[in-house]
Amino acid sequence: MSDGAVMEPILVVLLVTDFLLLGSSRFRTCIKLVSVQGVALGILPALLHGAENSVRAWLLAGGSIVLKGVVFPWLLLRILREAQVRREAQPFVGHSLSILLGVGVLIFSLWVGSTLVLPATAELDTSLLVSAGLATLLIGLFLTISRRTALSQVLGYIVVENGIYTFGVVLVGGVPALVELGVLMDAFVAVFIMSIAAYHISREFEHINVDQLDRLKG
Amino acid sequence: MAVLLTAMGLVALGGLAALAAGRSSRLATILGAGGSVIGCGLGLVPALSVVLGSAPTGWHEAWDLPGGSFHVGLDALSGFFLVPTLLLSLLAAIYGGEYLRPYAERKSLGRAWFWFNLLVVSMVLVLIARNVVLFLVAWETMALSSFFLVTFEHERAEVREAGWTYLVATHLGTAFLLVMFLLLARSAGSFDFDRMAAVVGLAPALASLIFVLALVGFGTKAGFVPFHVWLPEAHPAAPSHVSAVMSGVMIKTGIYGLLRTLTFLGPPPAWWGWVLVTIGLTSGIFGVLFALAQHDLKRLLAYHSVENIGIITLGLGLGLVGVSLHLPALAVLGFAGGLLHVLNHALFKGLLFLGAGSVLHGTGTLDMDHLGGLLKRMPATGATFLVGAAAIAGLPPLNGFVSEFLIYLGAYRTVTSHGALAVLVPAALGIAGLALIGGLAAACFAKAFGIVFLGEPRGERAAKAHEAGWAMKGPLYALAAGCAVVGLCPWPIVQSLGPVLGTLPGQSVASTGSTLLGTGHLLLLATVVAGLVIGLVGGLVLLRGRLLARRPVEETGTWDCGYARPNARMQYTSSSFAQPLTSLFSLFLRTRRRLTPPEGLFPGRSSFATETPDVCREGIYRPAFGAIERVVGRLRVLQQGRVQLYVLYVVLTLLALLIWKMG
Repeated sequence: MSDGAVMEPILVVLLVTDFLLLGSSRFRTCIKLVSVQGVALGILPALLHGAENSVRAWLLAGGSIVLKGVVFPWLLLRILREAQVRREAQPFVGHSLSILLGVGVLIFSLWVGSTLVLPATAELDTSLLVSAGLATLLIGLFLTISRRTALSQVLGYIVVENGIYTFGVVLVGGVPALVELGVLMDAFVAVFIMSIAAYHISREFEHINVDQLDRLKG
Repeated sequence: MAVLLTAMGLVALGGLAALAAGRSSRLATILGAGGSVIGCGLGLVPALSVVLGSAPTGWHEAWDLPGGSFHVGLDALSGFFLVPTLLLSLLAAIYGGEYLRPYAERKSLGRAWFWFNLLVVSMVLVLIARNVVLFLVAWETMALSSFFLVTFEHERAEVREAGWTYLVATHLGTAFLLVMFLLLARSAGSFDFDRMAAVVGLAPALASLIFVLALVGFGTKAGFVPFHVWLPEAHPAAPSHVSAVMSGVMIKTGIYGLLRTLTFLGPPPAWWGWVLVTIGLTSGIFGVLFALAQHDLKRLLAYHSVENIGIITLGLGLGLVGVSLHLPALAVLGFAGGLLHVLNHALFKGLLFLGAGSVLHGTGTLDMDHLGGLLKRMPATGATFLVGAAAIAGLPPLNGFVSEFLIYLGAYRTVTSHGALAVLVPAALGIAGLALIGGLAAACFAKAFGIVFLGEPRGERAAKAHEAGWAMKGPLYALAAGCAVVGLCPWPIVQSLGPVLGTLPGQSVASTGSTLLGTGHLLLLATVVAGLVIGLVGGLVLLRGRLLARRPVEETGTWDCGYARPNARMQYTSSSFAQPLTSLFSLFLRTRRRLTPPEGLFPGRSSFATETPDVCREGIYRPAFGAIERVVGRLRVLQQGRVQLYVLYVVLTLLALLIWKMG
């Protein structure tokens, strides 16, 4: 199986989940979409570099799948139960407009992917990978900006991390496994802390809308 | 060099051990103060030997920092500043051991000792650093550790405010130093001091720019007017042994930095000297005038630091004028007077701040209007404070006289033998200004000593004052003895300035030696006169004792002014004693008075209070910082407190950078 044949379906999954995230407001759906995205990405490095770097690549894949497919959804669903919110009620940017902007981001990313020259990836056609990674990263940031609740911020953060991970896959030959594991660990700690913070916000304020935190401003 | 570095290692180790000792204040004091005492004592050996003429040494170690290397060196100039630094730190550590004891119940002394020892190490490192990065790291460590010491009693609001003032001032100063060192490094092509000193033919405009930057940057630390505003705030706020170190030696690192920079800049133009003379006169007169108007003993002493830095700068300025106009006598005597005053100020200002600390320790207040009559209750503190007061006023036979005498001598010789206005004006102004400063300082210390130690107690706390213990009295005696030794035998000490003066711009050991030799007979004469004065005073004391031996001696209240029932409130207060002088300079001082006069046939409550806020603080910095705040306040629109908006800023910046990079 060639690299391209493995890569393309996964990238399609990645982008489709991005757009579904932009379009959906129910948290349960969003959490599931993010975990699907994480699992799909987790498989990617193991398949691509299966021949030469088996132990290391599988280690990375295993860690990533467990974290993003099991641990994160579990943490987030727990907040959902505690905070008793079901859907993102009033995003700053509407869902249809979000999708349109997502298309714009995708076009921008394709342009960047076609012009950006990355080192040490001669055997792999990376332009698609770079474009998908950048699009995911920007859409994650967009989710963080455009939604009100702390839960959406956490979801946006995980999507950003997924984008960075996709970049990492491009460079995994050059990046030490320790660094990759470190990034994963960072993401885990960040999500863990953010979920605790969101839990406390919901307990103190009886909602998890981050935009009203500006009442704390001096 | 190895000895000095080991000694500093011991000081640092003592500080860390004190921090680790945590809750046990007793153990922390033993470890922290012990480390400082042993380390400083050990460090004095190489410092003294290099001042007395042994060869400069150095130490070079690579460092993983861009431009940085652990390059330290010990030459006569470093050594000369090291001696008072180590000596005063040693004595202050002994003193602090007892002084801090009352705080042990509510404070962690481990932290206080950690910062104190760090301050000592960083001051020493500033003086021996020979690399820009190392120097700046030590400089900032010095600023931060002293900041934490100033805010030792951070539960008091005025202490916190003093701390912030200090922190802002010192960082602004460092910003100027950063630019200055970058300019120097660019022309030298290296961050090493050796390479900077080796550069010849620096463009005059660039050299002048560097000089001005150094003047502001180092002047902020030294306390040149108008960069002195942090000084009268921070020194009173700090614990007294820290005030002594900060005022006695830490601010001198500014003078050291300025001198070190001058050695990089080649032959100085005359106007640098004029600028220094002007700054010296302004700081001197400004400092002593504001000191006169103060009611808080430590605040008064802090303003005197500004005054003494002024005298030092005046000496150095006259020296620079002498160098640039090729008048070796003026150059040598100006530099010698300024440098000797660095040492002398460390001795007597350390003594006075420690004495003020004893007063605070014994009475619990530093407000002069609540003190009085302490000489009877605290004889050791009173006597040593009197020595310090006489020394700072420049009275013979004490050390303050010697250094001011050298500056006078240089200026007089110039005025009497050279006609050129370029040198006549600064020299004549220097003589007149120094005389004015000396007179006002004498008046100010007559007030400080008279109000605090003479007369009758003005309050309950002064009446119940108790003398300090041996650990606090010992350093006071040692410093008073130091003042007397320098004052009584000035000649060997002035003679030993030769190697130090040789390191300054345009000087060589041989030429300075011969000029200094010319002052020998005058200084020996000073010793003889001092001996005569002491003999005379001693004779009079003996005579008085003999005459009073067989007569009844009656004791009565001091200053009872003939009233039948004298009252402590009838005495002069700190503001009424200084009133003739402060009203003379009222245009300049802008003292605020709040007066409720007694009225009618049966007068009710009446009151009078004066307050003299710093003119520079009120007139320059408050408006300036207010304007900055208003302008910056407009940027508050960007600060909405919404997380989403902040992420948006980050994303927009990243996108703009990406597009810029790609396009």
